[in-house]
Amino acid sequence: MDFTEEQLQRYSRHIILPEVGGKGQKKISGAKVLIVGAGGLGCPVGYYLAAAGVGTLALVDNDEVELSNLQRQIAHSVRTLGMKKADSAKQTFEALNPDVNVIAIKERINSRNILDLIKDYDIVVDGTDNFPTRYLINDACVMSRKPLVSGAIFRFEGQVTTIMPGEGPCYRCLFEEPPPPGLVPSCQEAGVLGVLPGVIGALQATEVLKLILGKGKPLMGQLLIYDALGVNFRKVKIPKNENCPMCGKEPKIKELSDIPEQYCSL
Amino acid sequence: MEGAKIDKRLDIKGVVCPYTLVKSKLAIEDIEVGQILEILLDYPEASESIPKAMGNYGHTVLKVEKINPTDWVIHVRKEVAD
Repeated sequence: MDFTEEQLQRYSRHIILPEVGGKGQKKISGAKVLIVGAGGLGCPVGYYLAAAGVGTLALVDNDEVELSNLQRQIAHSVRTLGMKKADSAKQTFEALNPDVNVIAIKERINSRNILDLIKDYDIVVDGTDNFPTRYLINDACVMSRKPLVSGAIFRFEGQVTTIMPGEGPCYRCLFEEPPPPGLVPSCQEAGVLGVLPGVIGALQATEVLKLILGKGKPLMGQLLIYDALGVNFRKVKIPKNENCPMCGKEPKIKELSDIPEQYCSL
Repeated sequence: MEGAKIDKRLDIKGVVCPYTLVKSKLAIEDIEVGQILEILLDYPEASESIPKAMGNYGHTVLKVEKINPTDWVIHVRKEVAD
């Protein structure tokens, strides 16, 4: 594919980068990324990936836009209150960049649909807000050998890691099981600084673009922790656990398990 | 390098910055290491910025020549793969 004059202008700052160039920009245009959650993290991730010209962006979310979302979920607006978040974000991203094919998947992700949902995509982004879904996405990506860029936010702190199945550790290498319901407060109970998902989402989008381009080192085997109040970025090593129930030598987990009802989402 | 074999010619007369560089970058991606790109341009600033940028990419600028009151010709040999 040759660039149109409009694309030359739109992507000029990418094309002149030695690490991207026309060839890299074409890789970006050919990439297919699935984002789970069109909330605090999914909005900035999708926004930047749409701006970058990622060819196909799927957004999985079954919730509707509420006023309490607008403090941080930047793809939505007062004009899209009550609309499905996936549709609202699709509208925003398409307005930003008509080159991008945005697919709104208005479903709640679960053990029955996840493998089918992710199978056609190159990279999966976790922008969900609860542990059971985080583990479900991890397990499905390990089973399908899909790179996963995972992010999480809480109050003034956020984390990012990139999971490369078959190469590096997975989420269960860090903690084998999710914490029991009620032990860890959700953002709904504990709050989150509105800009925090912007920082973490931008880091996730950066990881996605690096994976697409094959440039730099992925954030694999490491958890990057951002503390907004202390202004610290810390990297914690995640060793690969040979006894990991998901990606170890003798995995105990052979099938995906469902998300208990008592977990709610933001 | 008078008479060097030119492998690709790019005419960007009428093109202004930064598209002079965008088009030159795309053109050099289209040739192989060791091959030579000739760029014809008339945007004065680019007669300085293109050779500088090509050098920064790791390529060798063989020639920058003002061929008439408005136009420049630049020859660049590609040195590094993309």
